[in-house]
Amino acid sequence: MTPTPRAALRRRLVDRAMTGLSFAAVLLALVPLASVLGYVVAQGITALNWAFFTQLPRPVGETGGGMANAIAGTLTLIGLASCIGLPVGILGGVYLGELGNGRLGGWIRFTADVLNGVPSIVVGIFVYTLLVVPMKRFSALAGGAALGIMMTPLVMRTTEELVRLVPATLREAALALGVPWRVTTLRVVLRTATVGVVTGVMLAVARISGETAPLLFTAFNNQYWQSRLDQPTASLTVQLYNYAIAPYDDWHRQAWAAALVLMTMVLVLNITARLVGRRQVSARRSS
Amino acid sequence: MEISNTLFSRALIDAAARAIPLEQVVADQIRAVQINAYYGRTHAVRGVSLGFAANRITAVIGPSGCGKSTLLRCLNRMHELVPGARVEGRVLLDGEDIYAPDVDPVAVRRRVGMVFQRANPFPTMSIYDNVAAGLRLNGVHDRRVLDDVVERSLRQAALWDEVKDVLGRSGASLSGGQQQRWCIARALAVQPEVLLMDEPASALDPASTLKIEELARTLRDNLTIVLVTHNMQQAARVSDSTAFMLSGELVEFRPTTELFTRPKDQRTEDYITGRFG
Ligand SMILES: Nc1ncnc2c1ncn2[C@@H]1O[C@H](COP(=O)(O)OP(=O)(O)OP(=O)(O)O)[C@@H](O)[C@H]1O
Ligand SMILES: [Mg+2]
Repeated sequence: MTPTPRAALRRRLVDRAMTGLSFAAVLLALVPLASVLGYVVAQGITALNWAFFTQLPRPVGETGGGMANAIAGTLTLIGLASCIGLPVGILGGVYLGELGNGRLGGWIRFTADVLNGVPSIVVGIFVYTLLVVPMKRFSALAGGAALGIMMTPLVMRTTEELVRLVPATLREAALALGVPWRVTTLRVVLRTATVGVVTGVMLAVARISGETAPLLFTAFNNQYWQSRLDQPTASLTVQLYNYAIAPYDDWHRQAWAAALVLMTMVLVLNITARLVGRRQVSARRSS
Repeated sequence: MEISNTLFSRALIDAAARAIPLEQVVADQIRAVQINAYYGRTHAVRGVSLGFAANRITAVIGPSGCGKSTLLRCLNRMHELVPGARVEGRVLLDGEDIYAPDVDPVAVRRRVGMVFQRANPFPTMSIYDNVAAGLRLNGVHDRRVLDDVVERSLRQAALWDEVKDVLGRSGASLSGGQQQRWCIARALAVQPEVLLMDEPASALDPASTLKIEELARTLRDNLTIVLVTHNMQQAARVSDSTAFMLSGELVEFRPTTELFTRPKDQRTEDYITGRFG
């Protein structure tokens, strides 16, 4: 069954054409990405200065100042979100991976997936009704809760996947040594999956640190340092939004700077997560 | 103690019923009595009664799928960890039923250790930490105790000289045979009374296989060993008694030399002469 020369030629031409088309598609997909990155860097870099990281926003009309409080606010919000997202997400993921094959597991998985798909502004409204209205004020706590609710299903599903990837033989090895099930799960299974879970957590943090909508009516905003968690807090994303829609050139400049800082943060988290993840794969291969 | 005494006398009655010499019952470290094991509807072990003598190596042979591994995993309560799996019958460890309602399976597994077909070290732990794992995960943290146990176990597993300078490293670069001895050391560290070995050498080259067999012979002084194997030469070389299983049933159980030279059952003869499946 050797193909005729004509058929072989045809096949080679089709092959070439398809490779070319795929390559063009990749380029097309990269153009918007590269231009967004390039534009943000170009615009942001000129506005970025030491004051941006160290000073508070100036009152309307004055130029200069920075977003130090918003940077601290974003970090606080991420910390608060992690207080909810990490324990619930990781333990829930371990439950799903180890015991979640029954009906309850199915429901939890379904709920997590639905929650993952809920528009973030809806999460904001939910927390607004649940925390902001009864407390009668916007607060960092409410903002952290909204982000934590978004983070939980992300962490939970990644943890589940990674726990499932741990070979059953390791679990058996520990159980056969007379190690109780609970200790086996936490100190052998979860420990083996740790690097992957850390990767998943970083990606989840990267994801929530770019959220604006759920913060608009939970954490709100603040022109000053926020000293208590039950007070409104600034955040990079909300500050960026407010500055971008304001009619002042200096604020626009600072909004670009905020965009650059935010983007760098997300990029660093993503790249670190990738590097950590790759190390895990090569460690697996060599063992 | 009263319960265990009744169980023990029941074992004696069993023995009498099956015309097993009394001293053999007394010397059995672990004894399966009318074990039936199921995976859902699959009836994998069918009414097996079998005693494993103290400080002896008992081999279990039989064609693939005959229930050797399942029987083994009934002896340390690992079988019930498979979803849908179930065990009926009794297993007497030192005369006490490990399936009695008040017995903690975790405690049983500390007394009945297990080595698997493929070496399964914990990949996140060093050579030292793997061997120490059984104690550490059960709350022993005294460094001196752990040092002693790790050295003793690795020596017992004939691995100490090969790894004593790299204890803190990952064992990923150890050979297959070394990894298996490493896992044996890990099992020995919790000082089990019985060691179950499920085809411990089937993934190894002949030289490493011989090492494991030698090791089993030396471990016999302190332990009761149950060795599942596909390899009849191996059973003949290392074991004191051999049990032949077929389709979940125990066909014949006798001293190894007798079983291989003068099998009583036609099916045993067919199997050991290679006339079957
Ligand atoms: N996890 C399981 N779920 C369902 N059935 C199983 C499971 N494990 C084993 N079985 C069935 O139980 C029977 C006995 O299996 P077992 O693993 O004990 O055999 P074996 O003698 O150890 O075989 P091998 O020599 O191939 O290891 C087989 O019929 C097998 O198909
Ligand atoms: Mg088997």
